[in-house]
Amino acid sequence: MTRRNWVKSILRLVTVSLIVLYSAFPFYYAIVSSFRSGTDIYKPAYFPTTFSFQNYVSIFKNQPFAQNIVNSLIVASAVVIVSMVLAVPAAYALGRVKFRGRRLILLTVLGTSMFPQIAVLSGMYQLIQSLGLYNSLGALIVSNLMLTVPFTAWMLTIFMRELPKEIEEAAIIDGAGPVKIILRVFLPLLWPAMASTGILAFIAAWNEFLFGLTFVVSNENRTVPVAIALITGTNQRELPWGNIMAASVTVTLPIIILVFIFQRRIVSGLTAGAIKG
Amino acid sequence: MRKVILGIAGFLTFAGLGSPANAVEVSVSCGAFGVDLQLCTAASQRWAAQTGNTVQIVSAPVNDSDRLPLYQQMLAAHSSDIDIYQIDVIWPGILGSHFIDLKPYSNGTEKDHFPAIVKNNTVNGQLLAMPWYTDAGVLYYRKDLLEKYGAAVPQTWDELTETATKIQEAERSAGNKQMWGFVWQGKADEGLTCDAFEWVFSHGGGSIVEPDGRISINNAKAAKAIDLAASWIGKISPTSTLNDAEEESRGIFQTGNAVFMRNWPYAWSLANSADSPVRDRVGVAILPQGGANGIHTAVLGGWQLAVSKYSKHPKEAAELVMYLTSSDGEKERAIKGSYNPTRPDLYKDPEVLSAVPFFGTLYETFANAEARPSGVTKDRYNQVSVAFLQAVHSVLSGQEAAAPALNNLETSINDIQGSSW
Amino acid sequence: MKTAMPPQNYARVKTAWLFIAPMLIVLAAVAAWPLLNTAYYSLTNARLSDLSDPSFIGLRNYLNYNGYRWSGLLTSPIWWKAVLNTLWFMAVSVSLEVVIGFGVALVLHHQFPGRGLARVISLIPWAIPAVVSAQIWSWMLHEQFGIINDFLMVIGAIETPIAWAAKPSTAMWAIVFADVWGTFPFIALLMLAALQTLPADLYEAAKIDGISPIKVFFKITLPLTMPALVVAVIFRSLDALRIFDLVYVMSGRNPQTMTISVFIRQRLVDFQDIGTGSAASMLLFIIGALVVIIALLTRTLRLSEVNES
Repeated sequence: MTRRNWVKSILRLVTVSLIVLYSAFPFYYAIVSSFRSGTDIYKPAYFPTTFSFQNYVSIFKNQPFAQNIVNSLIVASAVVIVSMVLAVPAAYALGRVKFRGRRLILLTVLGTSMFPQIAVLSGMYQLIQSLGLYNSLGALIVSNLMLTVPFTAWMLTIFMRELPKEIEEAAIIDGAGPVKIILRVFLPLLWPAMASTGILAFIAAWNEFLFGLTFVVSNENRTVPVAIALITGTNQRELPWGNIMAASVTVTLPIIILVFIFQRRIVSGLTAGAIKG
Repeated sequence: MRKVILGIAGFLTFAGLGSPANAVEVSVSCGAFGVDLQLCTAASQRWAAQTGNTVQIVSAPVNDSDRLPLYQQMLAAHSSDIDIYQIDVIWPGILGSHFIDLKPYSNGTEKDHFPAIVKNNTVNGQLLAMPWYTDAGVLYYRKDLLEKYGAAVPQTWDELTETATKIQEAERSAGNKQMWGFVWQGKADEGLTCDAFEWVFSHGGGSIVEPDGRISINNAKAAKAIDLAASWIGKISPTSTLNDAEEESRGIFQTGNAVFMRNWPYAWSLANSADSPVRDRVGVAILPQGGANGIHTAVLGGWQLAVSKYSKHPKEAAELVMYLTSSDGEKERAIKGSYNPTRPDLYKDPEVLSAVPFFGTLYETFANAEARPSGVTKDRYNQVSVAFLQAVHSVLSGQEAAAPALNNLETSINDIQGSSW
Repeated sequence: MKTAMPPQNYARVKTAWLFIAPMLIVLAAVAAWPLLNTAYYSLTNARLSDLSDPSFIGLRNYLNYNGYRWSGLLTSPIWWKAVLNTLWFMAVSVSLEVVIGFGVALVLHHQFPGRGLARVISLIPWAIPAVVSAQIWSWMLHEQFGIINDFLMVIGAIETPIAWAAKPSTAMWAIVFADVWGTFPFIALLMLAALQTLPADLYEAAKIDGISPIKVFFKITLPLTMPALVVAVIFRSLDALRIFDLVYVMSGRNPQTMTISVFIRQRLVDFQDIGTGSAASMLLFIIGALVVIIALLTRTLRLSEVNES
């Protein structure tokens, strides 16, 4: 290896380490805290001093926490799938077809992201009630769409628009219809974009709190962020820090696994993207 | 024990014993986790077994700022999903229009509870909620440090300032660099309203808005009280106090880094837990008065049970409320969960006192706790409280002096009041 | 629409509408009612304690003159303070997120051992609910028992601990710090995806010509990833305009750090004042729209482009 390459490698090692440290330290601190309890939480610790799993045991013992995780998985997955099914064809139309009203639609879709959640709460509540979805996971799937669809549609429109003309033209000459073009030509090229927006939408739905708190009342149907907010200490005023940290660490694990699976998709786009060159 | 009770309950239902034809389901909102949920569930199930009705527990977040919007949403939508709401002491005025008058069901038993709480829960002559457990601000002090420096438990805020300064300096020069004199809740939230209310009232500065509706906060005694508190920041109270809530204060005190702490009774058992560095070195007293002619003041906190107007079974729900707030109901919670009863009698009950000895010393504090002006300001209480705490916070963080701040505050509260409360 | 459309184009446009319709129907169903509801309430004196019969009061929640005094949101200093806080927060926070997020994406774009793991780790902050990360940061930044002060004192950077979240001068920065940490992965992940779609041959050509990496970034990478970056920034900005959880948990109702959403929440929930709360929501909507319009006017965001065959 040349001297230049050495410098480059070391530089990279340093920046990557900094990124990892910055991203992971608070989470690492949460893990350390999740093993502690009592007065210990008020003493800064750089390394775990004890390895008590008491906090983990108690979050599963005191409430249907496993069920809450499953609920969140169902809600977030359904939200992502529905968002994608709605957004991919729309993105094709908005990104690759010129027609009157396009701009207006794009702006209207963006407009739904400009209201604070608390302001739409009561209207959404009425909607959920009238659909008969109150206190069901369906209520959360429907309400979360408002948060994820605009973003997914916009992001995919942009990526769809950036794909080169020639590919589509070749497909049209081969006699492919729009559905076939999307499925056979664009989808493989869009994997990095879909994986990224999908992960972001998944996490947004996973972390949603206000709708989850208001539209579901039974513990069995609750999602993870609400379940965490329900954790209390021995007293109204005590902040059960260790339990909250244990719960937060636990619910972050499924996401880490999910991202680990899907980030390969982001890489796989590389080869697909290279074809177009 | 709980299993046995549940088992009996199941058997009774199965055998059809004691279940009248018109048995109904009542849903009650309790805490979500741990001892609160256990006690609430067990007691409600016992009532269900006795009456043949069934009970559903709907757990709600303990955090007021999460719980209030949930309740509001359900009540505004006239939802019948929750029959019994567990509400904060400042909420009867805010949510009152959604609750039934409990007087027809209480048979006068509200007289057995602390009068201040019953008064707080009575709006326009209607008893909107039954007291369930109470809370009040208290002064924690380090027994060992006061002894070491020959200081008495302070009776006035000036004495507290003096003692705190003296011990803090002495401890710091002895090497304990992190020692502070006095920790309390300065975060711009309801907690600050509680603390500041105590300073003002104890100096004879009134209760922000008086029971007759008069806005009293713009006075020299109130200004003096708040200026005194502002002088603590950075001197005997760490700067972090400006953003500290109860648990942060407790953290500083419990790690042995403060002489005095203003907090709620919950901190007692935690400060005396097995791993606490200040275990057995903590004393509890009534909060100081402002000057020689001041009044020892503890702000009233705590939780009540109310029945929704939109309940399909208000009668049964009210009966369950009476069951839960009965002497036996509160006694069980006091013994098993250290929840402070709202019934004066229980503070003399030997079983309660042997389980939670410090209740005895707190009786005076609870009996004389002073309610925030939520009854008179009704559904505009939060507006008044936020205006008050923001004015106080700006004084504490050194942005203005108390006198002009309170002058402006009076104008703001006047605007909030409009033509009448 | 200068000339009549050729038939195949007509069919294409028809297909386009067919493709957009499901999304529009769903969005209309889930968003239209709640949003119209808000718009309506902003013109009434509705209170949460009694929603049954609000009366229509026109624009009085926004601005009102009762003969001797102006009132309404637009005259409220607290409201304007919240607006300024929010705009400042948006500008600072989103700028930092873009710098850090894009930087992280560039580093993690290159092939190196352990890249997959590094990417996953860099996404962790986004995966933690805002309420929880707000608490973690309050704890870590605390003057008395925070690990950050502890660390800075151990390495000798400061002599006495700093009350980051309590001092008026640093309170807003503490919130920015926690927000940037929590949301830079959003930018990073989207930019990572954008970087994947760049044509490799351009870079090879640049390498052969010996063009410096900095120049390559500004001449090739940035222009080509700009469309994705702009959309990511727009969505982040609209999110930042609505910032709530972090502010609420980290500094309560402190007017020095109050943002628009905290203001709105206070009106709607604490004050039960649906009328002014909804009016404030409408104003927030207008501010968001202004941000988008500015982006359109400065041509950073381009709607008219399509890549049509």
